[in-house]
Amino acid sequence: MAKSKPRVKVPKTAKAGEIITIKTLISHKMETGLRKDKKSGELIPRKIINHFKAEFNGTTVFETVMEPAVSSNPYIQFKMKVPESGEVVFTWTDDDGSKYTTKKKIKVG
Amino acid sequence: MRLNRRQVLILGAGATAVAAAGVPTMSIAADDPTAQQVIDKFTGGAAATSGRVDLGTPEIAENGNTVPIQVSVESPMTTDDHVAEVLIVADGNPRPDVAVFKFTELSGEAAASTRIRLAKTQNVIAVAKMSDGSFFMAKNAVKVTIGGCGG
Repeated sequence: MAKSKPRVKVPKTAKAGEIITIKTLISHKMETGLRKDKKSGELIPRKIINHFKAEFNGTTVFETVMEPAVSSNPYIQFKMKVPESGEVVFTWTDDDGSKYTTKKKIKVG
Repeated sequence: MRLNRRQVLILGAGATAVAAAGVPTMSIAADDPTAQQVIDKFTGGAAATSGRVDLGTPEIAENGNTVPIQVSVESPMTTDDHVAEVLIVADGNPRPDVAVFKFTELSGEAAASTRIRLAKTQNVIAVAKMSDGSFFMAKNAVKVTIGGCGG
């Protein structure tokens, strides 16, 4: 897969102190490193997204450490308490060190 | 050279011995820890009591490649009393560790869901680490029709 495209679903507005649900999905093969190539019989090297982090105005909200047992196109859903208007930054880290990020704004009102 | 019965028996015994010696090298690589070892590493040897953790898994998973799981932990989620981390373990997978969710007080509620791979019918275990250092766990059996190990 050439490019991993993240998709997130965050409500645009929320009440102060409201607990919202955030859904995230990123396209990624999540190669376990245990699978063998059908033609050559050699192991396909591991390549997964091993870390996910959500930050709100610079403070960490939620983190996940992932192992090869997480399915391809990892989907993560979690909750967040919205204290004020701000921006949520989502970061996925690949085994090769590359990072995929996306941002979403939440307005309190 | 013709072999008599006694010589054949000796040869056979030798072959068996060689085969037996060869077995240990075929066992699973030593760096793959068991589910219990993964949990012990997470808890630091402390015992995890059942309860407070709500683990939602399907009873029967048709496709082991994507098994939806949902975990939530009962907690007020304040600065002093919140769920710090939740470890997910699948005890029948070649590598039992699945994921670790890390919560903060900004999470509001210690709940998360994702999709995981299960190699065969097995138990999925969730262990929650509280901010005061106590541990809680929940264990669910999941039947897997088609394993998710890619053949």
